[in-house]
Amino acid sequence: MFVVTPAYAESNPTEGTHSETGAHGGDAAGGGVFPPFDSSTFASQLLWLAITFGLFYLLMSKVIVPRIGGILEHRRDRIAQDLDEANRLKEEADNAIAAYEQELADARKKASAIAETAREKAKAAAEAERVSTEAELNTKMADAEKSIAAIKTKALADVDTIAEDAATDLVKHLLGGAVTKTEVAAAIRSASGK
Amino acid sequence: MANDPISQFQIKNIVPIEIGGLDLSFTNSSLFMVATVAVAAGFLFLTTANRGLVPSRLQSISEMSYEFVASMLRDGAGSQGMRFFPMVFSLFMFVLVANLLGMFPYFFTVTSHLIVTFALAMLVIGTVVVYGFWKHGLHFLQLFVPSGVPGVLMPLVVMIEVISFLSRPISLSVRLFANMLAGHITLKVFAGFVVSLGSLGALGIGTAILPLIMTVALTGLEFLVAFLQAYVFAVLTCMYLNDALHPGH
Repeated sequence: MFVVTPAYAESNPTEGTHSETGAHGGDAAGGGVFPPFDSSTFASQLLWLAITFGLFYLLMSKVIVPRIGGILEHRRDRIAQDLDEANRLKEEADNAIAAYEQELADARKKASAIAETAREKAKAAAEAERVSTEAELNTKMADAEKSIAAIKTKALADVDTIAEDAATDLVKHLLGGAVTKTEVAAAIRSASGK
Repeated sequence: MANDPISQFQIKNIVPIEIGGLDLSFTNSSLFMVATVAVAAGFLFLTTANRGLVPSRLQSISEMSYEFVASMLRDGAGSQGMRFFPMVFSLFMFVLVANLLGMFPYFFTVTSHLIVTFALAMLVIGTVVVYGFWKHGLHFLQLFVPSGVPGVLMPLVVMIEVISFLSRPISLSVRLFANMLAGHITLKVFAGFVVSLGSLGALGIGTAILPLIMTVALTGLEFLVAFLQAYVFAVLTCMYLNDALHPGH
């Protein structure tokens, strides 16, 4: 203070004397002592500090600190709880996705099985039809061959008869004589090497 | 003496009380102690009244100051130090609010009186000593015997440790007191320059700009100091409490 006050006094020359008295100020209250070192105020300050700070400490330790601590803890718990909940929901969602995938795979398998069965069935039906058609055709062919053979046999048999008739006619015309049918047939048979 | 930089520290009686020859008057200092407690406790009480899960702005200020002191104490004295949390928190809030209230013009600064800061410092050191002896018994004295010191130097080192321990309440209280006192005197002196230069006419008003700028700058600085000194007081409290909790370091 003794450094500061003269500096102030210099800055304010018109009120120099005032400042001088001010520097040793508080004559009225403090008895000319620098206020913070005025021991006559110590008792009062200590008493009121003890009262006010004591009250403040009580308020802090009994009300404020537990309250703010509680708020912070509650928030921490709540966040942890929310995170747990979120994890649980995520797990649930994962499970649902897995189940869905599983079902999808099953359905796909089933679908391909059904398609396979249908294809097999169609193939079998086609095969059966083909076989029956073939068999029918074979039968028809066999019938046709049979009838051809019959016709051929008949035709061949007719050839002999025709030949006999022709030979009989030829002999009748050329030789003028009649031959029996039996002779002619024997002659044709020997001629044709039978 | 409105322009006298010292008069702002003058203690004035409001309600004179005298008991057994002791002057226990309710003074302007007492009034601002009450105001400090009312403002600090009122703010903390009202802003946390809703117990909001999502804090309002004011509630988050209260929560921030709580967590600020809590992390300070945890870093300084470990998790065992948390039992002193109400005390450290009270000290920090009380000093901080007292300092900040002192920044209002015409307001009295409670912490600009050595006896107040000394009482707070003695509370801290008293707690350290009492808790240290209660918890560790005579092992608490290991605080003064650092390990790994050669035997020859031991008496010297112990002496230094004891002196440094004894000077703690003094340094703790004087630091806060001197900072607040010097800051307020400086502010007042520069503000006084503005007024006295202003009364010197046109030239004086022109030059009065300089101390005015200084006053504005110092006001900003003083707000920083008001917070910083409360922080320093609380941090040192944490460190001293750490000695009481773990003396054999």
